[in-house]
Amino acid sequence: MAATEIVQEIKRPPQPPGPIKWMRDNLFNGWGNTLLTLVLLPFAAYVMFSSIRWMFVDADWQVVTNFPLLYAVGQYPRDQLWRVGVGLSLILFLMGASWGKWGGLLRSIAIAFAILFAVFALLPVHHPEFDLGMRLYLGANALLVLAGYFIGRIQSLKASYIVIGWAITPIVTIIFLSGFENSATLPAVGTTLWGGLLVTFLLAAGGIVLSFPIGIALALGRRSSLPVVSAFSTIFIETIRGVPLITILFMFSIILALFLPSESRIDRLLRALMAVTVFSAAYSAENVRGGLQAVPPGQIEAAKAVGMSNFQTMVFITMPQALRAVLPAIVGQFISLFKDTTLVVIVGINDFLGIGRSIINSDPAFMQLQIEVYLFIAVVYWIFCYLMSIASRRLEAMMGVSTRL
Amino acid sequence: MTDTTNNEVIISCKNVHKWYDEFHVLRGINMEVRKGEVIVIFGPSGSGKSTFIRTLNRLEEHQEGDIIVDGIELFHDVRNIEKIRTETGMVFQQFNLFPHLTVLKNITLAPIWVRKWPKDKAEKVAMELLERVGIPEQAEKFPGNLSGGQQQRVAIARALAMQPQIMLFDEPTSALDPEMIKEVLDVMIELAKSGMTMLVVTHEMGFARAVADRMYFFDEGLIVESGSPNDIFHNPQEDRTKLFLSQILHH
Repeated sequence: MAATEIVQEIKRPPQPPGPIKWMRDNLFNGWGNTLLTLVLLPFAAYVMFSSIRWMFVDADWQVVTNFPLLYAVGQYPRDQLWRVGVGLSLILFLMGASWGKWGGLLRSIAIAFAILFAVFALLPVHHPEFDLGMRLYLGANALLVLAGYFIGRIQSLKASYIVIGWAITPIVTIIFLSGFENSATLPAVGTTLWGGLLVTFLLAAGGIVLSFPIGIALALGRRSSLPVVSAFSTIFIETIRGVPLITILFMFSIILALFLPSESRIDRLLRALMAVTVFSAAYSAENVRGGLQAVPPGQIEAAKAVGMSNFQTMVFITMPQALRAVLPAIVGQFISLFKDTTLVVIVGINDFLGIGRSIINSDPAFMQLQIEVYLFIAVVYWIFCYLMSIASRRLEAMMGVSTRL
Repeated sequence: MTDTTNNEVIISCKNVHKWYDEFHVLRGINMEVRKGEVIVIFGPSGSGKSTFIRTLNRLEEHQEGDIIVDGIELFHDVRNIEKIRTETGMVFQQFNLFPHLTVLKNITLAPIWVRKWPKDKAEKVAMELLERVGIPEQAEKFPGNLSGGQQQRVAIARALAMQPQIMLFDEPTSALDPEMIKEVLDVMIELAKSGMTMLVVTHEMGFARAVADRMYFFDEGLIVESGSPNDIFHNPQEDRTKLFLSQILHH
């Protein structure tokens, strides 16, 4: 009794007082740090001031603001733009519906995209391409996410419909984008005209979606007890990992074309996608294999002891735990895949970075404005990579709830 | 415990040998277990007792001798192995619950996918079992949020959900704190009294005294001595048994 009273009497220590205390603790503790602060503070202020002045006064952003559509879709015919819009809207709508159905992390992702499009719609850019119609379309996409959310909330709507929606959207999008020969409504648009963020996203998303299952298959193959399968997987993984991505891109874009008969030419963009996929699959495989090794043998024994087959054990026990263990590594790899797609410039594909370069080269006056172009491109890449990394951290935290044992 | 002399033989082992590379772990084990019997296996670490009960559901393969479980001989035959495993539940020292699944899903997973029960039935059986092991309120929690004793009781429920003929326990209380050992042993004693055939590797001599029909003392891959708990505790024949018992009982 006495003991509890004493415990209750002890108060939580007082909170450290405000900014002055902080500054004394962190900036001016000791004469050495005080000196350092006095020297570095003006320097930091100078750098900050001059960057801000450069951004708002000296910099000439016309290389960015004059070509909004070029950065977005490259040379895609302007009178066919609605086809890109259909694909984009479909994806945003599904994002909203998934948020409504499952919530959680999807909520943050959907909201982030809705905000992104609302911001796009209101960008203070004056350009004929960026007319009221375009602004209305972009704003409508933000609302489409919300519409999807309310539809997703409908209880009777089966979750499987949304999954099916996600499965067919890429196919529908590709059909809309590429069109058909001799079609009046959807005339063919060659991939040579595709460019900008459109291509970057197609390569990154396609690479991620395709490489991941291949990576899982290769990881399982490498651990297989069948010598042929494991030898093939090992050789494949080690060969790809031992070669730079550029080499693989060249191989797929040049050598593949040499070996195949000219009438069965695989599309240029598709070849680049294959190269990116193969490259990423080899790295995914090693990540997944690491995860598989991290699953304690006791888990597999427990699954076997209740009569589960090897396949069931893999699907229900080993793989979920393996993927969870290496989730950060896998997302990290997706982020680097997203950035690595810039290398397709080498094989003549105008991705986001490629468009920036071609804009610089299009006019001698723009040669002085390279910094603006590259800075803009860097910021856009940073935004998307940072979003992915936030998503990954959230996902880890969510899964962490059930990791402890 | 109960009179089981007239019951059929459910496990029969003849001259079972096993090697890990050159190391001879099991050096000719003979054992017959009748339906409803409770067998306690004890012995020093490295004596092969865990390895032995793991050969009974083929988590370990034996290289020589015959093992017949529930009328099925254990060979290199995948279908038989899975059949055996559905008939023998196993409880591990380290619980081995699936950390990414809730308690309820841990229990219903195998009945749904191996026994092909409908989800409703599996969940109903699972809740009954959780009731039986005394933790129905934990059904929606993850294993990581449970105490060791609770986890082991879930593991017992998970094994029982497959409605096995035989339960194998591999040192079920060795990883538990003393106050949790009792809650697990109580569940096991209740199970033994319900007529379940049980093989238990354990050093819990109180448990053996209470419910074992026979005890086997393992050392260096051999059965040194076997008999009723009464014989083993009060009249051990072999010096090794006496020495070992004196060590664990006066501990």
